[in-house]
Amino acid sequence: MHPAYSVIVFTTFSGAGFGLMAVLGLGAVFGRIADFWAIGAVGIALAIALAGIGLLSSTFHLGHPERAWRAFSQWRSSWLSREGIAAVATLGVAGLLWLVWTFVPGPGIVIGMLGIATAILAMITVYTTGMIYQSLPTIKAWHQPIVAPIYILLALTSGTVIAHALLLALAEGQRAFGLAGMGLLAASALAKILYWNRTDAAAPIATAGSATGLGRFGTVRVLEWPHTQENFVMREMGYKVARKHSAQLRRSSLLAAFAIPFVLILISIFGNGLAALAAAFGAAISMMAGLFVERWLFFAEAKHVVTTFYGAEAA
Amino acid sequence: MTDSSMRASGYQTDEPVVPVDTNPADEIKRTTCYMCACRCGIQVHLKDGKVRYIDGNRNHPVNRGVICGKGASGIMQHIAPSRLRAPLLRVGERGSGEFREISWEEALKVATGWLGDVRATDPRKLAFFTGRDQSQSLTGWWAMQFGTPNFAAHGGFCSVNMAAGGLYTFGGAFWEFGDPDWDHTKYFMLFGVAEDHSSNPIKIGLGKLKQRGAKVVAVNPVRTGYNAVADEWVGIKPGTDGLFVGALIHELFRTSQVDFDYLVRYTNAHWLVVQNPGGADDGLFARNADGKPLCWDKRSGKAALASAINDISPSMHGVVTLDDGRKAVPSFQLMAERYLGKDYAPETVAAECGINADTIRRIAAELADVAFRQQIELPVKWTDWTGKTHDTIVGRPVSMHAMRGISAHSNGFHTCRLIHILQILLGTIDVPGGFRYKPPYPKAVPPGNKPQGKADQIKPNTPLPGMNLGFVHGPEDLLVNPDGSPVRIDKAYSWDAPLSAHGLMHMVITNAGLGDPYPVEVLFMYMANMSWNSTMNLGATLEYLTAKKPDGTYKIPKIIYSDAYSSEMVAYADLILPDTTYLERYDCISLLDRPISEPDSAADAIRFPVVEPDRDVRGFQEVLIDLGGRLKLPGFTNADGTPRYPGGYADYIVNHERTPGVGPLAGWRGENGESYGVGKPNPKQLEKYIENGAFYAHHLAPDQRYYKHANKAYLEWAKSVGFAGNTDPIVFQLYSETLQKFRLAARGHGKVVPPASHRDRIERYFDPLPFWYAPFEGTMIDDRAFPMHAITQRPMHMYHSWGSQNAWLRQITAANRLFMSRERAAKLGIEDDDWVFVSSHIGRVKCQVRLMEGVNGDTVWTWNAIGKRAGAWALDKDAPEARKGFLLNHLITELLPARDGGYRYSNSDPVTGQAAWYDLRVRIEKAPPAEIDETWPIYEPIGSPTPTRTPDVSNFGIEFGRGRK
Amino acid sequence: MTTLPATPSAKKLGLVIDLDTCVGCQACATSCKEWNTGGYSAPLSDMEPYGADPHGAWLNRIHSYDVGDGAASRTVHFPRSCLHCETPACVTVCPTGASYKRAEDGIVLVNPDTCIGCKLCSWACGYGAREYDYADGVMKKCTLCVDRIYNTHLPEEDRIPACVRACPTGARHYGDLGDPESKVSKLVAERGGYDLMPELGYKPVNKYLPPRPRRDATTAAKPAPQEQIDEPRTAIERLFAFADKVLSR
Ligand SMILES: Nc1nc2c(c(=O)[nH]1)N[C@H]1C(S)=C(S)[C@@H](COP(=O)(O)OP(=O)(O)OC[C@H]3O[C@@H](n4cnc5c(=O)[nH]c(N)nc54)[C@H](O)[C@@H]3O)O[C@H]1N2
Ligand SMILES: Nc1nc2c(c(=O)[nH]1)N[C@H]1C(S)=C(S)[C@@H](COP(=O)(O)OP(=O)(O)OC[C@H]3O[C@@H](n4cnc5c(=O)[nH]c(N)nc54)[C@H](O)[C@@H]3O)O[C@H]1N2
Ligand code: SF4
Ligand code: SF4
Ligand code: SF4
Ligand code: SF4
Ligand code: SF4
Ligand SMILES: [Mo]
Repeated sequence: MHPAYSVIVFTTFSGAGFGLMAVLGLGAVFGRIADFWAIGAVGIALAIALAGIGLLSSTFHLGHPERAWRAFSQWRSSWLSREGIAAVATLGVAGLLWLVWTFVPGPGIVIGMLGIATAILAMITVYTTGMIYQSLPTIKAWHQPIVAPIYILLALTSGTVIAHALLLALAEGQRAFGLAGMGLLAASALAKILYWNRTDAAAPIATAGSATGLGRFGTVRVLEWPHTQENFVMREMGYKVARKHSAQLRRSSLLAAFAIPFVLILISIFGNGLAALAAAFGAAISMMAGLFVERWLFFAEAKHVVTTFYGAEAA
Repeated sequence: MTDSSMRASGYQTDEPVVPVDTNPADEIKRTTCYMCACRCGIQVHLKDGKVRYIDGNRNHPVNRGVICGKGASGIMQHIAPSRLRAPLLRVGERGSGEFREISWEEALKVATGWLGDVRATDPRKLAFFTGRDQSQSLTGWWAMQFGTPNFAAHGGFCSVNMAAGGLYTFGGAFWEFGDPDWDHTKYFMLFGVAEDHSSNPIKIGLGKLKQRGAKVVAVNPVRTGYNAVADEWVGIKPGTDGLFVGALIHELFRTSQVDFDYLVRYTNAHWLVVQNPGGADDGLFARNADGKPLCWDKRSGKAALASAINDISPSMHGVVTLDDGRKAVPSFQLMAERYLGKDYAPETVAAECGINADTIRRIAAELADVAFRQQIELPVKWTDWTGKTHDTIVGRPVSMHAMRGISAHSNGFHTCRLIHILQILLGTIDVPGGFRYKPPYPKAVPPGNKPQGKADQIKPNTPLPGMNLGFVHGPEDLLVNPDGSPVRIDKAYSWDAPLSAHGLMHMVITNAGLGDPYPVEVLFMYMANMSWNSTMNLGATLEYLTAKKPDGTYKIPKIIYSDAYSSEMVAYADLILPDTTYLERYDCISLLDRPISEPDSAADAIRFPVVEPDRDVRGFQEVLIDLGGRLKLPGFTNADGTPRYPGGYADYIVNHERTPGVGPLAGWRGENGESYGVGKPNPKQLEKYIENGAFYAHHLAPDQRYYKHANKAYLEWAKSVGFAGNTDPIVFQLYSETLQKFRLAARGHGKVVPPASHRDRIERYFDPLPFWYAPFEGTMIDDRAFPMHAITQRPMHMYHSWGSQNAWLRQITAANRLFMSRERAAKLGIEDDDWVFVSSHIGRVKCQVRLMEGVNGDTVWTWNAIGKRAGAWALDKDAPEARKGFLLNHLITELLPARDGGYRYSNSDPVTGQAAWYDLRVRIEKAPPAEIDETWPIYEPIGSPTPTRTPDVSNFGIEFGRGRK
Repeated sequence: MTTLPATPSAKKLGLVIDLDTCVGCQACATSCKEWNTGGYSAPLSDMEPYGADPHGAWLNRIHSYDVGDGAASRTVHFPRSCLHCETPACVTVCPTGASYKRAEDGIVLVNPDTCIGCKLCSWACGYGAREYDYADGVMKKCTLCVDRIYNTHLPEEDRIPACVRACPTGARHYGDLGDPESKVSKLVAERGGYDLMPELGYKPVNKYLPPRPRRDATTAAKPAPQEQIDEPRTAIERLFAFADKVLSR
């Protein structure tokens, strides 16, 4: 699949944003962070901004962004529609959370309730995002039951890693989130490796022979495409990465998204002052960069079955 | 609204309302397509004065409602940015594409000046050649009135071998002059056809065969298109069909499966051939005092009139002694001896053709089985020319069709004759299920009109006595000077190519550039992209077009060219006469030329302006008629010097009479439109055509439809409408006496004999019985250095060069690959998508390969005319056509390597002059890795007289759709 | 109504494409483009139509394949357009309801007025049948010529899809595949019509008729052990004797 930047930004940023929301929301209940005004004012705002940027970016690839509102209508069947509704609902509740946390001094119970609500909604949103992909029967690499869970896992991981940096900066050097982050990073790395192993090994959905129904006569090879320049279908769905290139990118993404942040968080936990802060923010930045690569691969490596009409033996 | 459409628009409340009932047209105009030469009937749907869409006319005899990929893209041709806008005069160097727009008045004055000078001094100095046009009866008439011998259309480089091979054998031809009987045939053989002129009819026909389960055998080195749907594909090696067909004939003879009764009734198989080695009559037919051919009647034991078919029992073998003591044998015996010889045994030819001997034998057996054991009869009574009535029409349901895979070889004439002979031996000419003539064919063998333009007929300011092109009946009809040198610039009708019935357009620029046989002053061309895809040896052609004399003037001093679009040729001309598109002009598809007849009907057609041009352009025919008047050509001027056709082409179409009562159109003649074929001009004729869908089809009566060559009712009708001068039957000439006459001339007999240097060649190739010889190129170069054959195929959706300017069609094919066999590529270390060099003995090109199974292992091929010169056709100079497209024309020589004392014959069939495009031999080598993968050579971009900035987006149609809701 | 019609339509309009007959001429592709660029989906935009990278929205594409190896191989031309599936995800994934399957006749359509151009439906289609119009910003797809088949301004016989009307070989058939008695259903039954990529489970309505078995050396009965081939001399004598017999009349 064509790895469009708008979609990469959409999924990574909104993942991080909703993840952060969820983590902070939960933290408000279970982690005593509700006491910190700045976490609410800055942290939730950042989460909303990240999710907002992500969602906004997703409209960039729309042909008619001015009609985007129509996307809320088909929740009965469309994960994308559900995602839109969930995202808006989540943002609404998160906004409320931010308002209360920032401007209403006093009862932690409201923050706590809003926090839980935000967290649940945010995870639902991320799940719907994952399901947009997981539900497509046309793409082997996505049509796996672990795709949406991994979306949730990665959202939580990125949220936690960012939260850790925020807490270090704004909440008197709280470090508990760092430990959680390290655990999640390790889990995410394992999940991605599992994912790659599974998708690499998964049986193809279709072959050139079954797509054309001509397999009964022998190997089906392309003589000519219907067009000599790429058409929309091939521009959108015919993207190919060389195997060597993708192996290298997988390694880099594991390194940047998980390994380096893991080490940096470790440093930030045991380090002091600015160095710790720098390490914590470095972890967040490295992770986002790594997730960018990870997400690029998620699209670029996904082989669409339509390629079987265009020369792929199977997909 | 119907129920259905109402439901469709509001069936479920939450489904949107779909406007299913929008009227797509305010007006429908029915005219004739010209996205190719097939000339289907089309319906142009106009909305708000603009063309909304074009589909096929269901009533039209050619396409019966269907349309092809090109035809349905006509709109994009009609609005292409490459359309020329106004007359142009060259200001830069030739090839620069720099022009000045001028007025029509100025353009016509310049042309009249150039042409008038030539006509007043030496009319030979005008070479007038036309390409894809279909108004040869006008252009030819104009040339004749001008008085130059140097006129032809593109047939010489196209497929004259098919025309001549057929017309010199049985008075018809595959090329547009006949069709298989798609409704009855049970076994169909297709030789060397990718698309053909009969573009839609063949497709319709194949569809019918498929439906009926008739067997289709495709003989072609490549298996795509029509050949892909065949039941059997015979992947023959290029240039060897003559051997294959010879072997089929061998098998029919060996198994005694020949329709002798049919042969005697309709052919010259029983005619006696004089055996007098060394004599002036050797190999000619034995004739009686009236010149009527004789046969040997076994019943009477005497020579008898060969035509007395109802009363004789002719012998097909044995040497007989004629009354005058000469020895003679029936021509059939000569045939039997030739084709039963070892040379044509399946085992002998198998390796050369790349076809298994068992396969050859099986196909021969299948042919015989269908022809002789699955005979069909139509319950229609008919009368043959002798007056004998037959209760049914008997058919042998085997049919064949062939085109350029046969003709574009230097052995194509004889191969074509072999195929016709195979058909005739099976008794399948113009019978139900067989090959069928389209009126005005059949014609006499050979047709009666002879070429005009002998040296003494060419005089300043004087028309020729008749039309330039025709059919030579013997050496005395050649257009040669007393020393045997050619009269014509293209050397047509000379000893180089005596039967060149369509001229040799491919040699004009070379010959003019070399001044051989003489230089010309004005080269006047129409609708032919001769500086690119329609020329051989492209590099040399560009040199000839731009070569200068020591005084700095061009060797070809003046070039006038009419094109409608910014083609590569435009850049090389001096004066451009911009034509209209096919939706903007009158055209006439005449029975005097290449009509649109079908086997059951004689039909002609017109085009008329369905939209007005939005540019300062004029239909070329209008311009030609205007020039004719200005030049005071007799046919175009009244006695008082005023123009004869002031109303332009429409005026000419209606009022011109070639012979009294016979004009360009056959329908609705007579003052009130009451007569067909012959009649006074009818002022309302065009209106009638337009009303009828731009064509007229005269349907033959059921008893006239078959055996037209010998069918009394048909022959009488053909005479009555001017197709034939008499009602004589057309007798198939298996053995060609015409060819033998040239042989005798080569032996020194007769008044017109070839110069010594030509004699061996004439002797060898004017064999009265067709034979196979290896195509020339492969025998004249080191064939081990160039082991592969290279050919082209027409893409069904592209018409030569025109398709690339079409926004839709170019999306389908904007670049071309070299296709080759997977197995052979592996041996050469070549993989799919690799870039390779293709070298011939004159040059090389670089291109990208695509491997495939369905191609003869010794053959590579590509799509024709996709490669474009950067800068032409109003395309971006980085268009894939220029960067990834390529032509084989760089590799195809127009002159063969020198022989016979340094003389270089053209790379053509020695009999007809047909260009031997597909004789090309090449070597394939993997190209070293390059920085950018591009084809080679890429020439400097040419300047374009049309806008170089074209729209980034085309949203054609928006105005008809939602946009205007 | 991105959800599929509650009850599958009884009427299942669609195409049957005969791969034994299709010669790959592109008539159906360009006729489709021509009709539809001015029809319900107008326009079908073309990007860089005269430029270095021309590409545009088409609703019907003709592939060609080289199938099998050596003597048993064949070349197959293969038109590909929307199959108007019975249970296609291209409809259910659409967030706006622009993509829908008509309850009346099963035609799968995109409403160009509500499509937001998110392209998700094209991802969900396994058949590459949806082409995004980069200039118009909406998804385009085969409409089964809904604006022809019910168009009362067209003569009755022309109320068929443009591609079917055009096809010169008659390789395209249009009709109701929901009616077992229809011509198309019978054709499918007779010729073993099949579904493309059945694994997807979309249940295409359109069917493809497979190429028929060859009638060539690979299928011909083995030639009888080579009969004695006579010397040419005997053959010629026999031929002449046969001629004498036939012509002694
Ligand atoms: N779409 C489209 N239609 C056209 C044209 C066009 O440009 N585009 N051009 C028109 C013109 S001008 C012409 S002349 C006709 C030509 O119509 P075709 O004769 O169909 O033209 P080609 O494409 O030259 O096809 C030649 C075929 O012969 C095969 N061939 C080559 N060498 C041999 C051989 O030695 N033996 C055999 N058996 N086969 C061989 C090639 O593989 C190819 O399939 O088409 C006309 N129609
Ligand atoms: N390698 C290779 N070369 C070949 C062949 C091959 O098979 N292989 N085939 C050969 C054959 S058979 C042929 S017939 C030739 C064909 O070659 P051409 O007859 O030269 O055909 P085109 O290339 O189409 O060029 C025709 C010219 O007519 C112009 N034109 C189009 N429409 C109009 C119009 O309405 N009015 C005017 N005035 N001009 C118009 C076009 O712009 C173009 O410049 O190519 C030959 N060249
Ligand atoms: S075959 Fe030629 S004339 Fe007929 S519709 Fe196609 S382009 Fe037009
Ligand atoms: S072919 Fe594709 S677009 Fe058409 S209905 Fe099936 S899934 Fe949807
Ligand atoms: S592109 Fe249009 S039709 Fe397709 S899913 Fe998006 S909104 Fe629906
Ligand atoms: S049915 Fe209509 S829209 Fe669909 S492919 Fe055919 S012509 Fe195109
Ligand atoms: S029009 Fe018919 S023959 Fe031509 S490509 Fe389409 S289906 Fe095949
Ligand atoms: Mo031609």
